[in-house]
Amino acid sequence: MKKLLIANRGEIAVRIIRAARELGIETVAVASEADAQALHARSADSCIVIGPAAAGKSYLNEQLILDAALSAGVDAIHPGYGFLSERAAFAQAVIDSGLTWVGPNPSAITQMGDKAQAIKTALAAGVPTIPGSNGPVASVDEAVEVASRTGYPLVIKASAGGGGKGIRVAADESELRSLIPIAQAESLAAFGSDEVYLERMVTGAKHIEVQVFGDGETFVHLGERECSVQRRRQKLIEETPAPLLPSAVRAEMCSAAVALAAAVGYHGAGTVEFLYEPKTSGYYFIEMNTRIQVEHPITEAVTGIDLVVEQLRVSAGEKLSFTQEDVLARGHAIEIRLNAEDPSFQFMPSPGYLEKFNLPSGPFIRIDSGFTVGDTVTPYYDSLLAKVISWGRTREESLSRMRRALHEMEVVGVKTTSSFLLEVIDSPGFIDGSYDTLFLES
Amino acid sequence: MAIHEVQSPIPGIFYRRPSPDQPEFFNIGDTVSAGDTIGLVEVMKQFAEIKAGADGVITAFHVDSEAIIGPGDLIASIQTGA
Repeated sequence: MKKLLIANRGEIAVRIIRAARELGIETVAVASEADAQALHARSADSCIVIGPAAAGKSYLNEQLILDAALSAGVDAIHPGYGFLSERAAFAQAVIDSGLTWVGPNPSAITQMGDKAQAIKTALAAGVPTIPGSNGPVASVDEAVEVASRTGYPLVIKASAGGGGKGIRVAADESELRSLIPIAQAESLAAFGSDEVYLERMVTGAKHIEVQVFGDGETFVHLGERECSVQRRRQKLIEETPAPLLPSAVRAEMCSAAVALAAAVGYHGAGTVEFLYEPKTSGYYFIEMNTRIQVEHPITEAVTGIDLVVEQLRVSAGEKLSFTQEDVLARGHAIEIRLNAEDPSFQFMPSPGYLEKFNLPSGPFIRIDSGFTVGDTVTPYYDSLLAKVISWGRTREESLSRMRRALHEMEVVGVKTTSSFLLEVIDSPGFIDGSYDTLFLES
Repeated sequence: MAIHEVQSPIPGIFYRRPSPDQPEFFNIGDTVSAGDTIGLVEVMKQFAEIKAGADGVITAFHVDSEAIIGPGDLIASIQTGA
C-alpha cells in the first residue's frame, strides 16, 4: 500500500492520515465544497473536492469517491466510520476496481454490518439477542404487529445505521405510528437506506462493547468499552475497563465476540455491542459495527496498540501483529465527545465560526479533532468538535485528568457541551460507575 | 383575520417533505392546525419539526425546500380564521 484515499471527513479522516503517514503511505483526502478548507483536507498530501455540501452529493456518493480514487491513482480506500463504511456494495465496487478496501470483506459487512441480518447471524451462533422484529419491518402495520408480540417501549433502529442516528423509541402504538416515517427519513438522510427494524427496549441496561480484530485466520479481542452515557441514544462518554462489570461476565462477552468474528471469517477492526443487565448479569448482542469506532482511542490508550495502523497493515495482506496473549490492558481510559451543541437550549446543534479553539493538552491527555481555530463548523455534518481522551493508572486518576482537561478548554464561536460533560463526570451516578443507558434521561 | 408568521428557531437545511419520495407536508391554500408539522429542518444530521403554531390557511412559503436557513428566518405565513 503506497497511496491511500480517505473517504471521510473531520477528526477520523485526520486520525487515518496520521496512521498512514507513520507507515509512509501517501494520503489523498476528499472534501465537499463546504469542507474544501477543513482540517482533514489541509492535512492530507493532496485533496480532491468531490461535490456539494450535502453528504448525499459528496461523502455518500459512491461513484464520486471511486472516480476520485481512480483519478488520484491510489491503491487503497479507508472509509473511516459512518458514511460509506458499512456499505457492502461500495466495498465490493472498491475491490472490483482493483483497489484495497480497508475493512472487512463485503460478505462480512452484509452478514454483520446490516444489524437485522447480524441478529440472525448471532442467533445462529448461539449468542443471546433481544426480542424484536429479527429483521426489517416494511410498513407501519407490520411494526404494530411486531409490537403486539414484544410489548413496549420499542426501539426503532436503522438497519444500515450506527452511531445512534436514525434511532427512535416508541412508548406506545400512536408513537410507533408517527415515529416510523421519521426514523426512515433520518436513516435515508444519514445512510442512504430507509430500512428500519425493531427491538424491545431493555431497561436498566449498560451498553458494553467488545473490540475485535481479525486477519481472516486469527481472531482476537482487545477488551471492552462501556458506552452507557448516552443522550438520545448518542454516546457521549466512553471508558475502559467497564466499571462494575464482573470479570466472569467480561470474559464471556469477549469470548462471544471473538466467536462471532470467527464465524464470519472477520478481517480488520470490528466492534460487537452488547446490552448488559446488571441485576441478572445477562447480556444481549445488539449489533456489530464492521468498521473503526469513534471511541477506539480508549482501547489504544490501555493496550498501546494502534488500531488504525493495524487496520492498514491487515488490509494490505499482513497477519495480525499481535496474539491474544500480547493484548495486555493497563490502567483506565475515558473519552468524552465535545459537541457543538447548546446544553442550555435542548442541545440544539450550534454551527459557527471558531474564534477561539483552545483544546486541552498536558500529561496523559489525547485530543482527536477535525477543527482548528479559524475554522467554520458548518450545519451539514455531525456536531462532533473534538474527542478528549484521558489515561490513568486507576479510574480515579483518569477521571481527575479528564476534569482538569475539560477546565482547560476554551471555545468561542459555537456553543459546546463541555460544562455539561463536567457536570456528568462529577455526578454520583457516574463516579460510582452504576450508570445505565438512561442515566442522562433521568 | 390575522397573519401568523412561522419562523425557524434554528439554522439548517429546510425541507417541505418528510422524505424525498413523499409529498409535501402541506401546500399553499391548505388548512392546518397549530400542532401540524409543516416542514423539517436538518442541522448536523438531526431533524427538527417546524410546527404551524396556529390554526388557519397557509398563504405563503418563504423558503424553498433544501434551502439553507438561519435562526429566526421566516418559513411560512398562515392566515388565521378569527
